[in-house]
Amino acid sequence: MAPRVIVVTSGKGGVGKTTATANIATALAALGNKVVAIDGDTGLRNLDVVMGLENRIVYTLLDALDGTCTLSKTLIRDKRVEGLCMIPTAQSRTKDAVAPEQMEHVCDELKKDFDYILIDSPAGIEAGFRNAAAGAGEALVVTTPDVTAVRDADRIIGLLESMEKSPIRLIVNRIRPHMVMKGDMLGVKDILDVLAIDLIGMVPDDESVFTSTSRGDPLTISSTSRAALAFRNIASRIAGNDVPYIDLEAPQGAGLFGFLKKAFGQGR
Amino acid sequence: MSIRSLLSSIFGSRSDPRDRYDDSPGQVGMDRLAVLLVHDRADISPGMMENMKLDIIEVIKKYIDIDENQIDLALENEDESVALLATIPIKNVLRRRGRAAK
Repeated sequence: MAPRVIVVTSGKGGVGKTTATANIATALAALGNKVVAIDGDTGLRNLDVVMGLENRIVYTLLDALDGTCTLSKTLIRDKRVEGLCMIPTAQSRTKDAVAPEQMEHVCDELKKDFDYILIDSPAGIEAGFRNAAAGAGEALVVTTPDVTAVRDADRIIGLLESMEKSPIRLIVNRIRPHMVMKGDMLGVKDILDVLAIDLIGMVPDDESVFTSTSRGDPLTISSTSRAALAFRNIASRIAGNDVPYIDLEAPQGAGLFGFLKKAFGQGR
Repeated sequence: MSIRSLLSSIFGSRSDPRDRYDDSPGQVGMDRLAVLLVHDRADISPGMMENMKLDIIEVIKKYIDIDENQIDLALENEDESVALLATIPIKNVLRRRGRAAK
């Protein structure tokens, strides 16, 4: 299989890009792949914190770009999951310290050693996003069921299409099923209709995400929460498996796999 | 609630109207989103809307005496699609001049 470079982006901030990147990267590695997650949010890095690797940073991506060290020196190996690495970026620099051509070069180098290269994009549609997306072939767009987040997702999808990324697939994060059922929240099908792209995952709003970030343990390492399952399923779908969607409304613990809606939204 | 309607409501399908009311926050949000995206995608700025309005006024007032200050032009949701709606109050229909007068 040819190595794949995937940018995780959203337009709007705070919808769960970094959480998604950390959990999907971890889950892809757990499936037996060699995976590297790159923090593309120079100046506001957080991927290291979500993955619990912040104390192991010696060199950053910017050091490699400056020629201070080799690219391989920036790789932090996650000891909990075989095959998982991350590359931190600098906290003390700004997003214009990286150029798109440099990111393309970094991705090309990493393709020699990894099956999947995930890039956590910063919010926004400016230089930081363009750098993060530069080396990527495909994209995951994260949104929440909010008018504002979906609107920004639409903008970013337009930009990704103009950059000829393919496939571009949607993760709807922080769904509160009981609110959707009452008609209080935007529904996933409606969101897919207006954005006209394929779904790759629905992640429920889940307290386990907060505890996992506090501890620096990505959910997909060992959690059995529904958000953990949703992220594992996304990783499995990225890897090409046909995974049914979870019924977010089933009682937790009992019948988690009870009512399944098979491969919803795949045939668009 | 049947499993089918339960699923369709989770997925936000409009196919089962019992689960979704037109004035529910979710539906109101979708309607507002649809209008926002038409503006965003077509890149119609408020300035363009204003210019279009002025052009439309010029054409219509050749035929009808309209109240130019009360004209409202907006993109709105009509059933399942977005429409350009113009509300143009008429003051007077101009009397036609007889052809023979020419």
